Amino acid sequence: MTRRAALAALVVVAAIGLAAQTESAARVISLIPATTEMLFAMGAGDKLVAAGSYDHYPPEVERLPKVGALLDPNIERILMLKPDLVVVYGTQTELKNRLDRANIPYYMYVHKGLPDISETIRSLGARVGMAQQASSLASSIESRVNKVRAEVARLPRPKTLLVFGRERDSLRNIDASGGVGFLHDMLEAAGGTDVMSDVRRQSVMMTTEMILARAPEVILELRYGPPEAGDAEDLRQWNTLAAVPAVKSKRIYQLRGQEYVVPGPRVAPAVEQMARTLHPEAFR
Amino acid sequence: MRGRTDVRRRLLVTIGAFGALTLVCCLVAPIVGSTSISLARVFSRTIPYADNVDAQVFFIARLPRVIAAVVVGSGLALSGVVFQALLRNPLASSDTLGVAAGATLGATIAITVHADFNLFGVSVVPVASFAGSIGALVIVYLLSLARRRGTSSTVLLLAGIAISALLSAVGRFVQYLAEFTDTARTMQWIMGSLDVGNYAPIVAALVPLTLAVAGFATLPRVLDLISMGTESAEARGVDVVRAERIALFSASMSTGAAVSLGGPVLFVGIIVPHIVRLLVGADHRLVLPASALFGASFLVVCDLIARTILAPVELPVGIITAVLGGPFFLWLLFRRVQ
Repeated sequence: MTRRAALAALVVVAAIGLAAQTESAARVISLIPATTEMLFAMGAGDKLVAAGSYDHYPPEVERLPKVGALLDPNIERILMLKPDLVVVYGTQTELKNRLDRANIPYYMYVHKGLPDISETIRSLGARVGMAQQASSLASSIESRVNKVRAEVARLPRPKTLLVFGRERDSLRNIDASGGVGFLHDMLEAAGGTDVMSDVRRQSVMMTTEMILARAPEVILELRYGPPEAGDAEDLRQWNTLAAVPAVKSKRIYQLRGQEYVVPGPRVAPAVEQMARTLHPEAFR
Repeated sequence: MRGRTDVRRRLLVTIGAFGALTLVCCLVAPIVGSTSISLARVFSRTIPYADNVDAQVFFIARLPRVIAAVVVGSGLALSGVVFQALLRNPLASSDTLGVAAGATLGATIAITVHADFNLFGVSVVPVASFAGSIGALVIVYLLSLARRRGTSSTVLLLAGIAISALLSAVGRFVQYLAEFTDTARTMQWIMGSLDVGNYAPIVAALVPLTLAVAGFATLPRVLDLISMGTESAEARGVDVVRAERIALFSASMSTGAAVSLGGPVLFVGIIVPHIVRLLVGADHRLVLPASALFGASFLVVCDLIARTILAPVELPVGIITAVLGGPFFLWLLFRRVQ
């Protein structure tokens, strides 16, 4: 009798566990701009109850309460909102521990390559019960990027330096994309050859010597904020490196917008814009 | 009379030896790097400069770095000597008096608010960090003056530590409010880099450094006496208040010049003076020039290592100064104790 009761209890527990696992999240908190954009783009924006303090896209995100970000998640506010799924970054160990203790499920996300963006969209979609919509979003991004790949396939691939940070009005503290990560993948998809592809890191601190030695034919500089006065003057700093082919042929371009640094659904238009910049003749 | 010629001889030997070391470092450093260049091409008159990659690597990427290392290394070492003598404390350096914290705050604000102006071709970050370092020292100096006429080393030191903590807190607050990418920029600046890209910031840093050297030149005898104690120095007719003012002014100028050019490179200001004292003794007539030359050579070598050891990527120079300087200093210390 006791054995039968124990078995029944076990079945009930297992069933509840299974139900909890398959039940899709309805109160979601996303602390990362990329995943917040993904959730909105797949149509799960109404499931979000809070977002990260750096999340500014799409505009609807601004009406959500902001509960901190990578370094300063506000755990108290997160718990108060009673989420049933929190999207956290892989390095937020302390936050994960606390969510574990509070029995709140989380989805762990890390920035990786371009293919990982659609991968993340699909698995995140499954967690919030929008697998179908997520899958079609992911597919549309993949097909837009693949279309660009096909268009540039036969074109010469300029050796490109992809810069995503530099001290203003100088050639100091230059950060460039290395040979892995979504920036590198975007550049390769857009028909450029990354001059730093042999350095297997997402970012490389560049020096003037490295730039002279690598001799890029194009320099793409990513900027996130709105245009600023003095941008043209700032761009002229590159002229110091007169022997660099990109300087000689004046192929130094600024690309502006959050979409270049947020590996979310907007990578497709970002790759298209990059391709237009690298191959203006092919996209007239 | 014999004593004076003896000192003159030792001064010549010291400057000769340290000068030769600095010269060798400065001649070798621009030739070595992550890419190989041919000196024949560098100085070739037939290849136009705009097409001459070797010449540009030499004149844009390497030579400014070596010169910047000389300026930063000697500036930090000189101010270290002066702070240690003035405060009669072996651990005193520009960091202790809040100068590094002030410079960091200046740079942090400039990076965070995206300030955009340049002064004689020098971008806003070095200018702001120079202002920050001088500002910190002015506050510390005024605080120590408020206590009594003239400065007391203990008050100066404690005020320095308090101001340093306060400025760091403000700096962290600004970073906390900053965008993520700006925080990363600030971290890079704090780690220090000598890849200055052109000569304008070096020329700009030479102005305060020259002022500082002029000030230091009046100090060696006075510092010898002050490092024995201010009372005995006063008894021997030293105008201590005036000497302290000149020392603080010069040391802040040289630190400001160094930090604004290369970032707060760790450890040079503390260990170089000690290593030099272990080698040449405590006479400031020898310690000051020898520290300037040794600090310059030390940083040139550290930067050479930083840019070649993990080529093609490179390490922040501050890591090398600490990793090399720490054990070398300990070795000298224990050898002497035995």
